[in-house]
Amino acid sequence: MHPAFTITPLGDGALVISFGNVMEEEINENVLQLFHCLQNTPLPFTDIVPAYSSLTFFYDVHSWRTKEATAFEKVKEALLPFLQQTVQEKEKSGQTIAIPVCYARVFAPDLEELAAQKALSAEEVIGLHTAKTYRVYMIGFLPGFPYMGKVDSRLATPRKSSPRTAIPAGSVGIAGEQTGIYPFTSPGGWNIIGRTPLRLFDKDRSEPTLLQPGDSVTFYPISEDAFENYQSRIA
Amino acid sequence: MRLKIIKAGLLDTVQDGGRYGFQHLGINPGGAMDRFAARLANALLGKELEAPVIEMHYPAPQILFQKHAIICLTGADFRPLLNGESVSLNQPVAVKGNALLSFEGRRRGARCYLSVLNEWQLQPWLNSFSTNLKAAVGGCDGRRLQKGDELVFAPLSFLMEKDFCLLPWKYHEPVDDTNEICFLVGPEWGWLTTKGQTDLQNELFSITPASDRMGYRLQGEALEQERKEQLVSSAVNFGTVQLLPTGQLVVLMADHQTTGGYPRVANVISVHLPKLAQMNAGAEIKLVMTTMEEAEEKALVQKDYLLRLQNTCKLKIENWLQQHA
Repeated sequence: MHPAFTITPLGDGALVISFGNVMEEEINENVLQLFHCLQNTPLPFTDIVPAYSSLTFFYDVHSWRTKEATAFEKVKEALLPFLQQTVQEKEKSGQTIAIPVCYARVFAPDLEELAAQKALSAEEVIGLHTAKTYRVYMIGFLPGFPYMGKVDSRLATPRKSSPRTAIPAGSVGIAGEQTGIYPFTSPGGWNIIGRTPLRLFDKDRSEPTLLQPGDSVTFYPISEDAFENYQSRIA
Repeated sequence: MRLKIIKAGLLDTVQDGGRYGFQHLGINPGGAMDRFAARLANALLGKELEAPVIEMHYPAPQILFQKHAIICLTGADFRPLLNGESVSLNQPVAVKGNALLSFEGRRRGARCYLSVLNEWQLQPWLNSFSTNLKAAVGGCDGRRLQKGDELVFAPLSFLMEKDFCLLPWKYHEPVDDTNEICFLVGPEWGWLTTKGQTDLQNELFSITPASDRMGYRLQGEALEQERKEQLVSSAVNFGTVQLLPTGQLVVLMADHQTTGGYPRVANVISVHLPKLAQMNAGAEIKLVMTTMEEAEEKALVQKDYLLRLQNTCKLKIENWLQQHA
């Protein structure tokens, strides 16, 4: 059984299935199983967007509406069986990807401050950040921006009170218990502790984003030299 | 066989019906802000409703048609001129090679659309021609149109004496001078207090200058919030009305992010988004609650109308071209 859920409209043309306002791996695993399952059904949809604890189903009203019922009711009716069926115990979805990160101060404007706040050394912060395997809970905010978690509780730090106007592409940050990577130079409020030379988004790749919801990610530290080398190889 | 930007406007981009199927990767749909006007421009030419168009803001560009083309302008009235003579909106125009399209001034609205009957020679990205400025993809090299840009389209031949000629059919725009924008309650409607819910429906909200293709920031009575917890990020939609911690509202527009963490108290119904998309900073709106039944019905009626118009105009265009061969 799936955990308790609610279904509410998100305008005419989309509905949200919510499993509560929580950030939990088990719930997110349910969301992603449902996501993969619905993607492979013949049900007509325009987009299915998994998030931490919700799945949003976008549809064309034209394809669903009948004389008897609204498209919203018809979609809801079609989705209910998927929500009531037993969740199959299957292997965790997604690939495992190791991401190189250069934690040099030049790429990590918030590393020292974060370490000081937590009474840790910068090396300890790097050690803790690279020690875990993170789950990509969802992709959002920008094309290819992964919301990953959870970081070691000793690293959890709220967003900066005033966001920066330009965070360089590749920047790796922490916000609350989440860690993420900026695919583009963008304004943002995450605490930046390093930078990856990998391209999180490439319009010319057949899969334009490096990561997908459900992937597993590990980070490993690289030197500034290695960073420059890496960049020149993929540029 | 091309159109050349002689002078760039404030923000001119290629847009279509949107890029769907990739929101789970954070790739937002984008597309025309006023979907109705964009589809109408195509329908009047008998083209596919979701075909690419040029979306123009004011100050608007100057565009030179180097070869014969049949065009249609819809949406905002920027007082369009062809070689200095005024032309109508919502009516197809046959244009001779070397005709210059310019705009005299803004009479009303915020976004004007240009459709061209000739097929565009543009490369789609992920099944869409819409320009995504953030990812620098789609449309014309993923960017706004600049002076000197040339967009190639297929040749079209017809005989005509004058510089341009209005084709004999047009869309009569109904007058809508109300400021009512209908909404459906959103997933976090209950996060407002009863007073907040009442105020949202009774107060007027003005569109602030901090409003663009991503979203409209509204200014009005600060709305009372019942639940103040953080919302874990979840998907949003074109038209989603978010409640900021200050109690003010933001309506997400075509270039909205795919997910957000503010309570989604309401959603503007899809048929009222075009009206909102044509409002400029300073305009005031009244939010009126409606039902799913009504919202869907209006959307279907509008779509059916456009499909019928497209079919009729397709025949009309074919006949006109035969008569002018």
